[in-house]
Amino acid sequence: MNTNPDFRTPEFSARGRRADSLFRYATIAAGAIVLLVLGAVAFTTTKRAWPALDSMGLDFFTSDRWAPNEKFFGARSFIYGSLVASTIAVVLAIPVSIGIALFTTQVVPARWRRPIVYLVDLLAVVPSVVFGLWGILVFAKHVDGFYGFLHDVLGPIPVVGDLFGEGSGRGYMTAGIILAIMITPIITSLAREVIDTCPPADREGAYALGATRWEMIRGTVLPYSKGGLVGAVMLGLGRAMGETIAVALVIGSTANISANLFASGDALPARIANEWGEAEGTWRAALIGLAVTLFAVTILVNLAATAVVNRSLAKSQGTR
Amino acid sequence: MAAMSIPLIRTSDELTLEDLTAKRTRRSLVSSLMTVLMGLSVVAVTIPLGAVLYTVVSKGASVLSADFVTKDIPIVTRQVGPGMGPAIVGTLLITLVAAFMAVPVGILGAVYLNEYSAGGRFGKLVRFMATVMTGVPSVVMGLFVYITYTLRYKQNAFGGSLALSFLMLPIIIRSTEEMLKLVPSNLREASAAMGSRKSRTILTVVLPAALPGVVSGCLLAVARAAGETAPILFVVGATNTVNANMFNGVNTALSAQIFTNAQQPFVGAQQRAWGAALTLLTLAFAITLVARLITARFALKR
Amino acid sequence: MDAELRPDTPLGDRTEIRRTVATSPSVDAAPTSDPVFRAERLSVLYGKYRAVKQCDLEIHRNEITAFIGPSGCGKTTVLRCFNRMNDLIPTARVEGTLTYQGVDLYDPQVSAVEVRRRIGMVFQKPNPFPKSIYDNIAFGPRVNGIKKKTQFDDIVEQSLRGAALWDEVKDRLKTSALGLSGGQQQRLCIARTIAVEPEVILMDEPCSALDPIATARIEDLMQELKNRFTIIIVTHNMQQAARVSDRTAFFSVEINPQSDTRTGILVEYDRTDKIFSNPTDERTENYVTGRFG
Repeated sequence: MNTNPDFRTPEFSARGRRADSLFRYATIAAGAIVLLVLGAVAFTTTKRAWPALDSMGLDFFTSDRWAPNEKFFGARSFIYGSLVASTIAVVLAIPVSIGIALFTTQVVPARWRRPIVYLVDLLAVVPSVVFGLWGILVFAKHVDGFYGFLHDVLGPIPVVGDLFGEGSGRGYMTAGIILAIMITPIITSLAREVIDTCPPADREGAYALGATRWEMIRGTVLPYSKGGLVGAVMLGLGRAMGETIAVALVIGSTANISANLFASGDALPARIANEWGEAEGTWRAALIGLAVTLFAVTILVNLAATAVVNRSLAKSQGTR
Repeated sequence: MAAMSIPLIRTSDELTLEDLTAKRTRRSLVSSLMTVLMGLSVVAVTIPLGAVLYTVVSKGASVLSADFVTKDIPIVTRQVGPGMGPAIVGTLLITLVAAFMAVPVGILGAVYLNEYSAGGRFGKLVRFMATVMTGVPSVVMGLFVYITYTLRYKQNAFGGSLALSFLMLPIIIRSTEEMLKLVPSNLREASAAMGSRKSRTILTVVLPAALPGVVSGCLLAVARAAGETAPILFVVGATNTVNANMFNGVNTALSAQIFTNAQQPFVGAQQRAWGAALTLLTLAFAITLVARLITARFALKR
Repeated sequence: MDAELRPDTPLGDRTEIRRTVATSPSVDAAPTSDPVFRAERLSVLYGKYRAVKQCDLEIHRNEITAFIGPSGCGKTTVLRCFNRMNDLIPTARVEGTLTYQGVDLYDPQVSAVEVRRRIGMVFQKPNPFPKSIYDNIAFGPRVNGIKKKTQFDDIVEQSLRGAALWDEVKDRLKTSALGLSGGQQQRLCIARTIAVEPEVILMDEPCSALDPIATARIEDLMQELKNRFTIIIVTHNMQQAARVSDRTAFFSVEINPQSDTRTGILVEYDRTDKIFSNPTDERTENYVTGRFG
């Protein structure tokens, strides 16, 4: 009787080994698709947008004149609109998101955590077009009066007053508010994750010195998670800039550059969605050019944000 | 040792209850105030959530009916009355096919990251880029599919599925990887010790162990994708009648119908938009609820 | 000395209660001053689970008191009662009374924040804040209302000198505290604690994460500090207790056969030399001679 173990089991036969490596290659290929798609997006959109980018040159980014009939395409007002709306969104979402994250991790007992987390995550389930529908048919109509009130109160103040001019329910501010609602769950969940890495020993250290809860948070939790929080906010900013449909419905669709936050404007993705149906030829190339611009900006913001968050999470896992 | 210059504590020789009582100082007030503000931020998100849900349900419910779900979309937008049948069919068709494409690839990708990459540089790059890819705007993904697919094969439902699957892919990869991480390594070792090939270990031990969490993550990705609008506008087009053919002819979806009808000044169109919104919201919430239940009941926990 | 055997005394009447653990005549019946802490039938519960059962003990001013015992005996749990650190655990509850200079620490009017200002704590693992050395020390005084820069400079120097760390870090006060060695970090945590001028310092196994040299430095430091502070130290190192402390409390574990739960009990509390040379209780004897635990 042969006492040596038989390694030629079906499991490790030539066929078995081939199946094993085939599976491995399949997984590698699946991972590679991510890189392929990202690369292909960059390449094909840039190529398609080239006729417009080429004929416009730098004017594409610096001019605020968008005149499809004359084949003149300057995207500055849309870049401006995207920046203003997403800045409003981030400014509004930061305190709320970090507030919720701190509330769930530092204040409420553990059994209250999950319900609050689920509640906030429900916001992320509502499709953006539904927010847009609510924004244009309900919110924009009701918020008009409030904007008027703000204009009456803040308008006369020099410099600051310029931000609060006359306007309507459809403009930067409404877009910013809707975007803030949409990015709050994203920032909140990341902020919660980052804040959770703050070791309990650090918090106890602050409490043992006679700190109040807020002093503990300011002294240990916030400095500890600073990097990650910055990353979370940047991811939120990236989302806000890329968000299309809700903004397309409520920003007012006007090529406009104004300091007045209540004025109508337009954003990069919104302009694409609204004009795509009627556009053709160079016009479409120009719209794709807007998409390239948007892609480049969001990728940069996301790259930076992901790097910041990763570094912050790795740091907290590495040191203690 | 010299005594410190600041007698912070030693106020009197005799300690009294008074000394240890909470002082109504600025410090304690600030702390209470900040705690209240944190609580209020939870309220602050509840208000828009409640407002949106209330409006959609109240306005949508009056429109919903059997006819609304089955009948074709009126060609004259001014017309009051049902239906949204073609959009419901379109949304289900486009999203399902997208899921069938994205889920296997996403799971394989996650298997690579967690089981094969072993901290290698390629693995790190893929993981990083998958995270970045979750942030690619859907409008960009829509135009990408328009350029690479629609220009050649015309607008149809499959183009929409392609775009949605690209949007789902990174989400599925990331969530599946998180679940695979939770599978205890001794399961892998036990399987390997019994003489299993690695692929068999993954397929018969690791993935089944992580399955509930993986399914839950995929469902959440599907729920998000079902509401995507911009790609539908570019690559699927619009129609008023049911088109069950994925590859031939324009189609439509709930999200796109909400978008176009929301911009109409007519009551009938707006009503249909609310009805479509309620339908879409119900679909998204139902999928999310199932995902949450699976996670709560079956998934591996941290 | 068992709490159960003690004649029932009306709780809250402090003058009636003498040292219930003073079973040994060698303990000073009348210490130089009133006890800083007095625990009477102190129990700690986590939910329904009783973690520590009815201890009675007194802590004396400007002494070092060591809590020793096998792991799980509740010595850290008891220590964390003294500055209400257990408040941070939602299910934790305290029964019995614990007075600090005659004031009931668990009186509903008492604020944990005020208590912790006066009763500082040093933890098992060094836990400096992710800030500079300077800001670590300044944190306590800052939250306690100091505003002037010159005062901070003064406090930082005094505290670091007090913790025997000044000479090592005076040139890099603005660098991150996380760059210090483990022993330096722990001394920084001590400096941080004495910067708010507490009356008591609680130390929860402060040397368990340190090497022998760093441990020796902390032990030397404790001898200096006891002139200014009252110190309670939890340690699982019996030699350390014998080296540094004036009094020692030995805790042990009682296993409840019905529910299979473990409850910490205070077995014996006495002068350290007595505990280590001539303990009254057999369980203490077994533990300090290494036959158990």
